[in-house]
Amino acid sequence: MDELMLDGNAIAGLLQEVFAVEMTTAIGTCGGCGAAGPVGAAHVYRGAGIVLRCPHCNNVLAKIVKNDSQVWIDFQGIRTLELAV
Amino acid sequence: MAGTALRGRLTWQLAELVKAVAETPRVKTIVFDVPGWPGHRAGQHVDVRLTAEDGYQAERSYSIASARAGTRVSLTVQRLEDGEVSPYLTDELRPGDKIELRGPIGGYFVWEPSEGGPLMLVAGGSGIVPLMAMIRTRAAAGDDTETRLLYSSRSQDDIIYRDELERLSGNGLTIVHALTDSQPPGWTSYARRVDAEMLAEVSPSPAERPRFYACGPTPFVEAVAESLVRLGHDTRAIKTERFGPTGR
Repeated sequence: MDELMLDGNAIAGLLQEVFAVEMTTAIGTCGGCGAAGPVGAAHVYRGAGIVLRCPHCNNVLAKIVKNDSQVWIDFQGIRTLELAV
Repeated sequence: MAGTALRGRLTWQLAELVKAVAETPRVKTIVFDVPGWPGHRAGQHVDVRLTAEDGYQAERSYSIASARAGTRVSLTVQRLEDGEVSPYLTDELRPGDKIELRGPIGGYFVWEPSEGGPLMLVAGGSGIVPLMAMIRTRAAAGDDTETRLLYSSRSQDDIIYRDELERLSGNGLTIVHALTDSQPPGWTSYARRVDAEMLAEVSPSPAERPRFYACGPTPFVEAVAESLVRLGHDTRAIKTERFGPTGR
């Protein structure tokens, strides 16, 4: 277990900044194992960028890198994202 | 777009410190007035941003400790010795000073009285903060949802909100303390880290379908979540918020 691991709650502000809606209650389906769960429960690692991993199979769901003027998002590991509108 | 507020768009706003209250030797509650605050739900947090004279910015998230109450927002902050933000918030900030914050943020680790229970709250150290917002929200609403709090601290002096928790207990709220490092003479409650056996003793049974909220340092939350699953509780009913290695 990695003591530095956080969860989706920790990046709720960043996600809301990007998507303009609350995202931790959005349900993401992992492209690796197919498990579906709230973004708030995803495992989050912060370094030079942010990595979201599936809490079930550890597959990389998304990578997010932000600087002062841009956000770069790689959603390769998320099959679907379902949110209330 | 001028003058149009985008739905859910977060904006930084100025918050003025109203007062600061020492909770423990390392923890303070700082109460802000935030003009235009839209209200919040228990378990939500704010992002705080500090800007140095040279333009360097540091951003941290802090759980809201207070129940919804007008434009007042209380944060409870643990001072981290090597922290960039917490020593400023706990030691330097004076009433009347302003900081930038944005929120309320989050919707996953949130509880409202209408969601019901039984509610099982598990806190490690400063992980009590968002759970205290739930307890305060429950009390303010006159709600009697069966609620149990298992709260792990190092010592009696490290228990945040100790007196208030004592006052609020009863009325369906049961509080059980665990002291991991040192116990006062005559201590009769748990004197070890939270483990599966303790969780089994304190929590409602899986058949009662309790809703779990566990918050604290990452190793603490991991141990609690693993134990609860092993005890047969539904993983979907276990919500967690991890603070990382040190607790913030």
